[in-house]
Amino acid sequence: MSQKLSIINPGKIVTVEGLEDSSLKPKLMEMGLIAGKQLKVLFRAPFGDPIAIDLGGFVLSLRLDEAKLIRVV
Amino acid sequence: MKIALLGNPNTGKSSVFNSLTGLRQHVGNFPGVTVDKKIGEFSVNDTKYKLTDFPGTYSIYPRSKDEEVVYKVLSTPSNENYPDLAIIVVDASNIERNLLLFTQIYDLKIPSILVLNMSDIASRKGIKVDLDAIKATFPNVEIVETNARIGLGIQRLKETIHAFKVQNNPFKPFIEGNKLLEISDLEGQSCEAEKRFSLIKKLLEKVMVTSDLSTDSRSNKIDRFLVHPIFGYLFFTIILFFLFQFIYVFASFPMDWIDKGFGAFSFWVGNQLPNGLFSDLISQGIVPGIGGVLVFVPQIALLFFFLSILEESGYLSRVVFILDRIMRPIGLNGKSVVPLLSSVACAIPGVMAARTISNWKERLITILVAPLMSCSARIPVYTLLIALVIPSKTIFGFINLQGFVLFCLYFLGLISALVVAAVMHLILKAKDSSFLLLEMPSYKLPRLRNISLNVLEKVKIFIFEAGKVILAISILLWVLATFGPGDRMDVSVEKLKKEQVFLSLEKEDQQQLIASEKLANSYIGILGKTIEPVIAPLGYDWKIGISLITSFAAREVFVGSLATIYSVHDDGEEQTSLINRMRKERRDDGSLVYSLASGVSLMIFYVYAMQCMATLAVVKRETKSWKWPIIQMVFMGVLAYVGALIAYNILL
Repeated sequence: MSQKLSIINPGKIVTVEGLEDSSLKPKLMEMGLIAGKQLKVLFRAPFGDPIAIDLGGFVLSLRLDEAKLIRVV
Repeated sequence: MKIALLGNPNTGKSSVFNSLTGLRQHVGNFPGVTVDKKIGEFSVNDTKYKLTDFPGTYSIYPRSKDEEVVYKVLSTPSNENYPDLAIIVVDASNIERNLLLFTQIYDLKIPSILVLNMSDIASRKGIKVDLDAIKATFPNVEIVETNARIGLGIQRLKETIHAFKVQNNPFKPFIEGNKLLEISDLEGQSCEAEKRFSLIKKLLEKVMVTSDLSTDSRSNKIDRFLVHPIFGYLFFTIILFFLFQFIYVFASFPMDWIDKGFGAFSFWVGNQLPNGLFSDLISQGIVPGIGGVLVFVPQIALLFFFLSILEESGYLSRVVFILDRIMRPIGLNGKSVVPLLSSVACAIPGVMAARTISNWKERLITILVAPLMSCSARIPVYTLLIALVIPSKTIFGFINLQGFVLFCLYFLGLISALVVAAVMHLILKAKDSSFLLLEMPSYKLPRLRNISLNVLEKVKIFIFEAGKVILAISILLWVLATFGPGDRMDVSVEKLKKEQVFLSLEKEDQQQLIASEKLANSYIGILGKTIEPVIAPLGYDWKIGISLITSFAAREVFVGSLATIYSVHDDGEEQTSLINRMRKERRDDGSLVYSLASGVSLMIFYVYAMQCMATLAVVKRETKSWKWPIIQMVFMGVLAYVGALIAYNILL
């Protein structure tokens, strides 16, 4: 039962299931967001957007619009 | 031998570059692309190597303007920048993602050295890599472990470069049958990345051991504070406040020295050379022109010093993080904060910094509004006018009124930049999608060497980019100010010399009066009188008109021109004699020329008017067309006129 990364709360650890088709897909993958990748949601900016995620090696900040493209379990 | 330095962003690539080349680096140009290339040299046992630093990128496929150059060069062996050897800097604590670019370059059959940088962080996290196993997977590749920030491993890297021989071992591609360069569609590139990462994962399972998967918890704790809804913004505001105090206070000393130094030098040169037009050109056109450029170096250097600390420490990516949501509705990107902040020193490096913004529209809007952030050149103008018409007193008991007005002018520039951006956002149509996707590096202590080299680079950009335009225009203006039509100049000077008032003056004062009379009858003087009807509604007369025109060389020339027009000695920072003289100036109807109304009107004019030809030249280069700098000049000119008009009429 996959959800969009954009609604995952800070502190939760999830695994990427897949990416929605979009012009950002290759860029997201190049940053390491591929199926099977484990990540932790760290915190959100004031206003809730962008969010910061821990990809085990580096921290990535992404907008909710971008997080919506990532399906996680 | 040509060596290319490649790698992901935030891998310490610049530390490697700086460690290898030190001061032997400069900025050049990649042909056909608006990206500067950083070139450096180093030698090992008398053999010279040329090192080119490429922009950090996650894969060879470009996702922003500055990344395009990597693809362009690496895909074309005939390109003049195509390397004989590639050094790929990899963050040893983040190998998985970094290997994407590395394996791509490897599959392009470019001879490579893999540099595992940040080895200290890796070992702290308990990451152990079996280097021999990696070498077995990538024959012909040499691996060097480094900690470039403290220079560890650099000597070994140099030796490895020197000893590097392209082996004749059979090439084992990482991905079989790979046609990297032929994949141009996004779907294909996604598949490519997916395939690569699955192979990389399999490889790392065999060769790497890690005990701690998460990132630096120390950084996370600091982040709790710095991205806090209240404290985050407060902290940023405090930083900005310090920034301005810092530059304003500390820069004034060296600026004063440079100013006086050049004044003296110009005087000396004038005396050394035989009397005549050519010597005047040098002592009054060229030398002051150069001095006018160099006087800003301390201010610009200090500002970039500060900005570099913010960037090197990792804090700047947090600023982008907390500002992005606010910037987006007005057509900007969180990343726009860097160009906008840089423009407070000088808009030229600021405009160039917009290259990291991938979305064309966001980048364009950033470039168009950046010059509205009050730059260093406006400060002498603001200071003079404030001292002239704003009383020196305190309001609310402790706020210095003059300082407050200065702050308001900066604030006006900032707010206007945001409003204009919002308007542009509505008018211009966006083509491609905008994104943030920014890596936030762990906080680290900035290294002085990296900061100094960065500041040096920015200062050089200012001196050469701004300098050459300012110098050219200074010379042009000198010509226009020295010559007049027919014998009009000579006739009026002769007339002046016969006047009683003149004859009663000291020789030095007589000289200044002559200079002033000449200026009034030169081409510029006539130009000033011609535009007088247009600028009269703003409260200006033809003398101010002359200074507005000369400001096109550089804004601060305004002050020097006024000094000449009122035949007053350029008094350095304080300008007391000029201010006293200006206070006495009256119009035909008896009213003061420099009243509160006209003074504020002038200040507002300078907040908005696009008078810096050097910036326009850079905007043209960055946007690859004359259309945008012209639009910029027009809208800023309109804002200046209307703003000054409103101010003058309200305060009158």
